[in-house]
Amino acid sequence: MWVELAIKLGVSALVLGGVLNFAGMQTWLERKQSALMQDRIGANRAYFTVPWWLGGAPVNWLLRKLGGLGILNAIADVLKLLTKEDFIPAAGDRFLHTLAPLLSVFFAVMAFTAVPIGPPVEWLNRTIPLQVSNINAGLLFILALASIGTYGVILAGMTSGNNLATIGGLRAASQMLAYEIALGVSLIGAIICYGTLDLGLIVERQGALLWGWLPAWGVFFQPLACVIFMTAALAETKRIPFDLPEGEPEIIGYFTEYSGMKFGLFFLTDFVEVVLVSALTTTLFFGGWQVPYLLPDGFHFPWAEAVIPLPHLAYVGLGVLSFTVKVVGFIWFFMLIRWTLPRFRYDQLMHLGWKILFPLSLANIVVTGVLVVAAR
Amino acid sequence: MSTLSEQLLHRIRDAHRRRKLNWWERAYLPAIAQGLWLTSAHFWRNLFLHLAHRVGLFRHIPAAVTIQYPDQLRPTSPRLRTRHRLTKREDGTPRCVACMMCETVCPARCIYIVAGEHPDPNVEKFPKSFDLDLGLCVYCGFCVEACPEDAIRMDTQRHDIAAYSRDGMWLDIKELLNPGSRTFTDPPQKFVQLELEEFKQLPPSPAPPPPGTSAIPYGRD
Repeated sequence: MWVELAIKLGVSALVLGGVLNFAGMQTWLERKQSALMQDRIGANRAYFTVPWWLGGAPVNWLLRKLGGLGILNAIADVLKLLTKEDFIPAAGDRFLHTLAPLLSVFFAVMAFTAVPIGPPVEWLNRTIPLQVSNINAGLLFILALASIGTYGVILAGMTSGNNLATIGGLRAASQMLAYEIALGVSLIGAIICYGTLDLGLIVERQGALLWGWLPAWGVFFQPLACVIFMTAALAETKRIPFDLPEGEPEIIGYFTEYSGMKFGLFFLTDFVEVVLVSALTTTLFFGGWQVPYLLPDGFHFPWAEAVIPLPHLAYVGLGVLSFTVKVVGFIWFFMLIRWTLPRFRYDQLMHLGWKILFPLSLANIVVTGVLVVAAR
Repeated sequence: MSTLSEQLLHRIRDAHRRRKLNWWERAYLPAIAQGLWLTSAHFWRNLFLHLAHRVGLFRHIPAAVTIQYPDQLRPTSPRLRTRHRLTKREDGTPRCVACMMCETVCPARCIYIVAGEHPDPNVEKFPKSFDLDLGLCVYCGFCVEACPEDAIRMDTQRHDIAAYSRDGMWLDIKELLNPGSRTFTDPPQKFVQLELEEFKQLPPSPAPPPPGTSAIPYGRD
């Protein structure tokens, strides 16, 4: 039993560490990628030096280089947020005001427990799934947690003692409701195709080949659902072009009355949600940890008879690497969208959610159902 | 037959009318793809250039339009009016003959001259003190145009002027004859008066940088 617990803890630490690091490094990616897209240089000034007993000159040289790349700005951000005054409005609810950002980030991180990050490891007569909890309705679990995450936003707005923040929270709630539905309904088509809600099984089934050469990834079965899912998921992350709940520069959003690290937690939630959305897109539509033509015993290329054998650990490593690369690619892509598109107007947002994405996802279910029955 | 003004009005209305989008544009996704294509092209191009610059390739193609200000200075226009300087005769005394033309023409009244008698009867006068309050100066250049002796010029190419107090913006005759000889954090010396012989003892003034370039900012040389 202790061994089981240790394994679970290890996998959890791997997933949590990965998620939080990806989320934290997005502050760097955000600065640098936007700079490159706009022909700028971006953050390159923040750095600090350490005294001799912490390494001295060689460490300082490295810090200087990292500072030139703008990576140390992430540390500066955290220092700034931690040293700011923790402000709770007099008219606000002390307990709920503090609880809201924690709820928000907790459920975003929790959703990762159902995401498989690599193929199961066979080690010392044990099969260790690289998935924190192997829930057989993992997809529903994630959707449920994403919905609960909305509570953090509403609570933040309602308990701030600020009417405009309350309205901001309600605006966020109505946006998330509108897109949650399109999100869930667009996935039904995918569920019909895979015939399961278990994310581990969904990924395993995407390891097959179509007509002997095309990887059986969800995007080839459900291209429309993929587009709808990515749009709705982008709206769930509350980032541009769907950042009406926040609208930092102009609109008064739900976290107006938050300062310091509590505000930082809302920001972290956004970044964690971007990682979550990237991981879900990868898992559901782009084969998860599957590498094309890679089976547990090695590469089976369709154009070659011979099998290129691989040891088991290399197979696992390639799987985890493939998942990571895909997730990073989607984070890059969402960041690209965030720095390319302008913000929607609120009526356009509602129009897109209720009148375009929702009917399209319903039509997708009908077409998928007919095709699946016809193909049987 | 409509009048010209009616036609003009019609044109303006036409220009303001929103064009009807065709179905391709209304689908929105192609336009998004176009936009993403453009921005990602910039991203990959600049990423490649930044990496190439690191190993010394393609240095002549800039990867960003940024000018890193305190380290890199922006080239200025050759006509730019920058901080004033007083020109010198060959013996080191100022060319200024204290005719008070610049003090009179100055719209901001920021020039203060105290005249002394020059031993040479052809010159008649020289400035014992010549003070200029940059905190008042509007950089109009009238003093340069009014000067009959080409004694004051605005070509030092220094334009990053900052001080911790209003008095710190004060330029005395030593600073005007030798721009950059003091920093603006020094305590000001107002109305410093020098005799003709003392001018010859001042250090020689370096030639200002050529027009179109920036001088080294204060505190960095």
